[in-house]
Amino acid sequence: MKRRRNILVGAGFAIVLVGLLSYIPLFALFPSTRDVPWVNLFLFLLGGGMIGIGLGRAHREPEVYRGKVSGAILAALSLLMAGFFCYGVFYAAKDLPISGGALRVGQPAPMFTLPNADGKPISQPELLKNHRAVLLIFYRGYW
Amino acid sequence: MAIEAISVDSSEESRKLSKSQGYTFDLLSDPQAGVIRQFGVLHAQGGEGGRDIARPAEYLVDAGGTIRWRKLTDDVKVRARPEEVLRAIDSLPR
Repeated sequence: MKRRRNILVGAGFAIVLVGLLSYIPLFALFPSTRDVPWVNLFLFLLGGGMIGIGLGRAHREPEVYRGKVSGAILAALSLLMAGFFCYGVFYAAKDLPISGGALRVGQPAPMFTLPNADGKPISQPELLKNHRAVLLIFYRGYW
Repeated sequence: MAIEAISVDSSEESRKLSKSQGYTFDLLSDPQAGVIRQFGVLHAQGGEGGRDIARPAEYLVDAGGTIRWRKLTDDVKVRARPEEVLRAIDSLPR
C-alpha cells in the first residue's frame, strides 16, 4: 500500500516557520504582541505539537505514514528556529547597558546643536524657545 | 511641541530612513555619540562592528530646559506607548 505523506509534520513545520518570520514584519508593530511575543510562542507550540504527533504516527504506523527521517529533520530545524527566536527575543533584546548614568527627571537637559537629515543644524535652545516642550527619542540607528 | 529623534546615523542614512518611513519629525545625527553620552544613554560597542550607539530612550524636556519625563527600557522590544508620552506632555504647565 502506498504510504501517505505526513501532512502533520509538514504543516507543523510551516506553522513554526510562520511563527519565526511573522514577528518582525507583523507582530512587532503592535505593543500588545511585541512586548511579549505570545502569538509567536503559541505558533511554535502549535507547530511543534503537530510535528510531534506526526512523528509519532510515522513511528507507530510506518506502513501507513512516511516521514520518520524527514520528520526528525524538520523537528530538529523547528527546535533550532524556536530556540533562535527565544534567544533573540528574551536574551539579546535585553542586552543593554545598565542605565545608572542616564540623566534623571528634574535634571537640566544638556543643550546641543545637531544636523538633521538634510544637514541643517537644529539647535535645542532654539527649539525650546519656540515650543512648549521637546521630546527626544534616542534610537539605535543603522536600521 | 517638537519631536527630535537622535542616533549615531549620518544625515545621509537618516535621510534614507526618513524617506522610507515618511517621518515628519527631524532625525538628528550624532555620529560621535557626544550628545548621547551627555544624556547618559550610550550603548558602548552596541552597534555593528563594535560601533558606539545609543540605547533606546525617550526624554521630555520642558521650555525651561528641565527633564520632566523619561523612559528607558531594559528591552529593545519595549518602547514608550504613545499614551504614556501624551500623558506626560499633558502634565506640563501651559
